[in-house]
Amino acid sequence: MTAQMNKRTVFHLTTALVLSFVYSTAKAQTVDDAIMMNKKQWCNGLTYMHSSWNQYWEGAKLRSNPNMGTVTTQSVMLMTNYGITDKLNVLVNVPYVWTQASQGTLHGLQGFQDIDVDVKYEFYSTKIGKGKLSIIGLVGLTTPLSKYENDFLPMSIGLGSTNLSGRLTLDYQKGIFFTTLSSAYVFRSNVTIDATSYYADGIHYTNQVYMPNQLYSNFFVGIRKTNLTVQAQVYNMYTFGGTDIRTNDFPFPGNQMNMTSVGAHVKYFLPFIPNLEVIGGADFTVAGKNMGKSQMYTGGLFYIVSL
Amino acid sequence: MKKILVYVAALMGGIVLLSGCQKEISNRTTNLPALLVDNNDTTAGTWLPVLLSRPDSFAVAAPVATSSPLYAADLYEIKSLQQNMTSGQAASVRYWAAGGVLRWNEIMRGLVAKYNLPPVNNTDSSYPIPSSTNPLSYPLFPFSNPPYAARAYAYISAAQYDALVACWYYKMKYKRAAPYAFDSTISAIFINKTKLPSYPSEAAVLAGVTAEMMKLLFPDEIASIQQKAIEQEQATITSGAATRADITAGEALGRQVAELFIARARGDNAGKAVGTPADWSNFVTVCTDQGLTPWISLETPKRPPMLPLFYKVKTFLMDSATVVSLRPPPPPAVGSDQMNKDVAEVSSFLKSPSRANEEIVTKWADGVGTYTPPGHWNAIAAEDFISQQYSEVRWARNMALLNLTLMDAAVVCWDIKYHYFNPRPSQVDPSIKTLTGVPNFPAYVSGHSVFSGSAATILGYLLPANASKYSAMAAEAAQSRLVGGIHYRTDCEVGLTVGGQVGNYGVLRAQHDGAN
Repeated sequence: MTAQMNKRTVFHLTTALVLSFVYSTAKAQTVDDAIMMNKKQWCNGLTYMHSSWNQYWEGAKLRSNPNMGTVTTQSVMLMTNYGITDKLNVLVNVPYVWTQASQGTLHGLQGFQDIDVDVKYEFYSTKIGKGKLSIIGLVGLTTPLSKYENDFLPMSIGLGSTNLSGRLTLDYQKGIFFTTLSSAYVFRSNVTIDATSYYADGIHYTNQVYMPNQLYSNFFVGIRKTNLTVQAQVYNMYTFGGTDIRTNDFPFPGNQMNMTSVGAHVKYFLPFIPNLEVIGGADFTVAGKNMGKSQMYTGGLFYIVSL
Repeated sequence: MKKILVYVAALMGGIVLLSGCQKEISNRTTNLPALLVDNNDTTAGTWLPVLLSRPDSFAVAAPVATSSPLYAADLYEIKSLQQNMTSGQAASVRYWAAGGVLRWNEIMRGLVAKYNLPPVNNTDSSYPIPSSTNPLSYPLFPFSNPPYAARAYAYISAAQYDALVACWYYKMKYKRAAPYAFDSTISAIFINKTKLPSYPSEAAVLAGVTAEMMKLLFPDEIASIQQKAIEQEQATITSGAATRADITAGEALGRQVAELFIARARGDNAGKAVGTPADWSNFVTVCTDQGLTPWISLETPKRPPMLPLFYKVKTFLMDSATVVSLRPPPPPAVGSDQMNKDVAEVSSFLKSPSRANEEIVTKWADGVGTYTPPGHWNAIAAEDFISQQYSEVRWARNMALLNLTLMDAAVVCWDIKYHYFNPRPSQVDPSIKTLTGVPNFPAYVSGHSVFSGSAATILGYLLPANASKYSAMAAEAAQSRLVGGIHYRTDCEVGLTVGGQVGNYGVLRAQHDGAN
């Protein structure tokens, strides 16, 4: 794709996955698509995200809780993406997150969450028939910017683990139609909580919490032109282990947090301001475990300059 | 390009390597050394028991002669176990070698955390009440909230202590040497040798007394606890510390002593502590009749107050008149200048909570799904006792002193809470959002503060070198409730004072129990 695109390369932003107990940027933005900045192109952007739920999965059981009502997580994310070469990009993003509950007494929390640094490399592309197949690899590191409170879920802004992820993305475009399949294996560090012990399938006399690794997957299908992308998308997050929230207990960082969402996103370059892209989208959680059944709305602006 | 490909491959390789990384987490007390006893407390048979009228209230027959073939058979069992020990059995021996009182206390805290979950409301907005007569169906019995937990820790600890006093009495009466001391071909595996007689086995006394008490306190766990008891006994035989006969006699003694405590527990009023709807509304009436603002549950739907009649539970260290005498003067009335000031202060802490405040709130939250504040103080005590080289009987005595104090603290605190029935900050000012769940009972005085004040006092007496550390911890626990938004300063300060007074009753007992 890179070769086909000129300076007005479409900057493609995917929804940062809004984990509905925790907003995570572990697979944010362009990490899960096949779009690359050309050499010396620099893209900067700001996105706002609004995620809310009034039902959550306690283990596998969907329930509401009038002592929380609707829990809302909002974030503003600063994102930058630089093309070292046409095939090698570096991405960094930093989100500021704040939470609140509409009912009950639980206090919202806010703060800078986890910085995400990714190296993205398109290592293979070929023509297949009239279309083009690209294969992209990505290595990402996510780590908390501060020691925020991670044991006050669902109000916590993050889980506090440092994650290293390896991702593979396949993209096929034919004419204006495209499809993308991407998957990341995420190694998560254990986390430290403020309590000196905790119950998770038995009592643990330590402040260390085991964080099982995760698999993030996404699938896009839609149209992609020079100045417009419209796509339907499915996201899945799967956690390899972890505990269930017990009946009427609070969620816990070490829970098995799984979710699947479906949604649609649009990216459009404004005709009257060159290089300025507007993005927007909506995603709806349709299945999950130990997470909120959230609705997520995203909007953002990106500006690309060539250095 | 090839170079870059190499870098990417190297990074990917690094990730794969990471998958082999150990993320296993071990508990602070997983790999403890074996209990090393400084003093066998050979006079412990004369220490003051809690309920036993005499150390020999329950008879323990003399052990068979060492010349008897029965004794020889018992020794043979040990040798056989030692020769055929699997790695799993070795791990079990190591685990229990750290000390039976410690391990049972840890198990107990785990059970409290497991059962400390408030029931979900019914569809008609009422709440089901866990029942000891139907423990297996939802809501599970018990809901081991702080008062329930305080009482459970106290009964188990006190029963363990009394049982070990009797055990020590018979140990010194019969003076049967431990197998490893009698037979040089028997090793002491993972344990430290002592000159303490082995009949009856203190490990089996603990297994028996604890397993029996659990039938009352955690009836759903009878099978799992029985399994633990058998494990401890098997580990003790395998270690070379006791024969099968030592174990049998110990377990029987432990179970008999437990019956005494179970009988007391059945009549201590705890079973009636939930109260009735008439009781619940009466608290409101008493308040409104005085022109005061009554406490209201902040949960939706409104949950009945937690164990409102727990103040009637029979205390261990004081009589019921003393409980009433420890009641402090009333809290500032809602609407008074002082209360307005108190509410404004709470509110100010929650405007923009500092991370340091969030940290102490979470550290001391001890709420739903935890081992509760009494359990937190058990953890603090146990982890400090580990280095003290106590005998099992002194371990039991000190845990009993702590837990009798904490239980009486719960009764005294509940008496104050339900006497004044004072609202929480978020009831008076709904704009106050809290950094932990708001407990479903009245504010004045803070339970954390009473528990912590009482625990710091008795622990400071038992370990004077740590006294200032404990009072600093108690102050932090109290402060955490203020900055967390669930208590006024008055609740915390008066709570610490009352806690200290309850703690003094524990100290009084400690001074006169013959163990000094």
